[in-house]
Amino acid sequence: MKIKLDRTLCDGFGKCAVHAPTVFSLDEWGYASLERGLSADNDLPPELEQPALRALLDCPVHAIIERP
Amino acid sequence: MLALTTGAHPAVRPRLIRGQGGWEDRAAYEAAGGYQPGLAGADLIDAVAASGLRGRGGAAFPVARKLGAVAARAGEKVVLVNGEEGEPASVKDRWLLRARPHLVIDGALRAARAIGAGTVYFYVSDAAAAASLGTALAELPARLADLRVFQVEPGYVAGEETAAVNAINGRPAKPSEKPPRPFEEGIGRLPTLVSNAESVACLPGIAAGLPADTFLLTLGGAISRPGLYEVPFGIPVGEVTEVLGGLAGPPRGYVMGGYFAGLLNARGHGLPLDHDTLKGAGSGLGCGAITVLGPDDCPVGVAALLLAYFGRENAGQCGSCFNGTAAMAGVALALARGEAGPAQVRRLEHWCGFLPGRGACATLDGAVNVAATLLREFPAQVEAHLTAAGPGDACPACAATDFLTTDRPFASDPESITPHVEAAL
Repeated sequence: MKIKLDRTLCDGFGKCAVHAPTVFSLDEWGYASLERGLSADNDLPPELEQPALRALLDCPVHAIIERP
Repeated sequence: MLALTTGAHPAVRPRLIRGQGGWEDRAAYEAAGGYQPGLAGADLIDAVAASGLRGRGGAAFPVARKLGAVAARAGEKVVLVNGEEGEPASVKDRWLLRARPHLVIDGALRAARAIGAGTVYFYVSDAAAAASLGTALAELPARLADLRVFQVEPGYVAGEETAAVNAINGRPAKPSEKPPRPFEEGIGRLPTLVSNAESVACLPGIAAGLPADTFLLTLGGAISRPGLYEVPFGIPVGEVTEVLGGLAGPPRGYVMGGYFAGLLNARGHGLPLDHDTLKGAGSGLGCGAITVLGPDDCPVGVAALLLAYFGRENAGQCGSCFNGTAAMAGVALALARGEAGPAQVRRLEHWCGFLPGRGACATLDGAVNVAATLLREFPAQVEAHLTAAGPGDACPACAATDFLTTDRPFASDPESITPHVEAAL
């Protein structure tokens, strides 16, 4: 599973970091990026897929997108 | 405004800078060897790879890899020649498009044929560049390809490759999150080659078997001959400031790569103008613009001006960027005014480690480069501003700087280029 976080859409709700704190890192203003070492070009480690999916489904602005 | 000189380093047989002034029409370009057959298709892409040509817009991505990636896609493709030139200190793309549009068009046609594209967009913000392209295109026979000029409002982020694609697709000229990258999905959702105007202008020479070992250097700031110079890769920074800029000895420092690579102290004098060496030294060549800092330029004040620019000119999209650039600009301004303490400088250090890569485009990284290089290259000046007794004891250069209305520090103005190449080098 590949996911992309569109930071132009992120509004800093922070739900992603609650569900998947090792996938998403928040800055001090609450805006998310993928943790270092993760990329939209590569598959997530299998153990992170479920938390990442929870984050995807819960993002209020749909900034997390599953990639083909 | 000082007139900008155009010229070439004495060791260079110029291919980009033209030896006579004025607008180069089709007849003059053809008389100089333009629009001739040469290497084409896969042979041209191989020759570009062998030449080592890297993108001249700032990121220095290998041009042959971009050409190959778009060429490998099936179906219809598009070329976007990027002449927007958002870096205020750089003037090369606007000069090329204003003075030598046929060189850029020739290169664009070769790129389009090599990757199988039928449509070419020339993406510019400079009205004079757009007019020059329009006149040049009217000199060409119809049906060479679908050649269009697209003019956009100028802006730092407008030249980012996805911003350019978005603008042509009818959206605001702001960057998108990647992927997809334009080579996968660009104009009209088609695979799109986005290439800087100077990169494209190197292709006719490569097609004729010439090397691409020179680049256009915009040299500005505290020198007697600011200008646009064609120079060989690898010569020391000090050689261009002395031989071309007319400066004796090392200056106080530099702003490198437009604004993007940030500040560099006097050690830059001995560093070669080469992407990898400068990157290894914690700096960068970027789009090839270097601003020389003189005795009246305080590095702290310069960083404050540049960070304020990033705070204003970012796309306002990614939270880490619009917050981070504003926060760093705030600390730099407080420092310049003698109002910052060690805790604020520690926060600046923290942001320099934490914020890189947290935007959809590289604008935030450019701002971090400015802050990080200020701290690394000029620690004594930072320290001196910290220990200022207060606003009244501030640095004289900073006290004389108008931080509120200096909106494009060290900007190069294409209007100020003298119409004739000076031979005084």
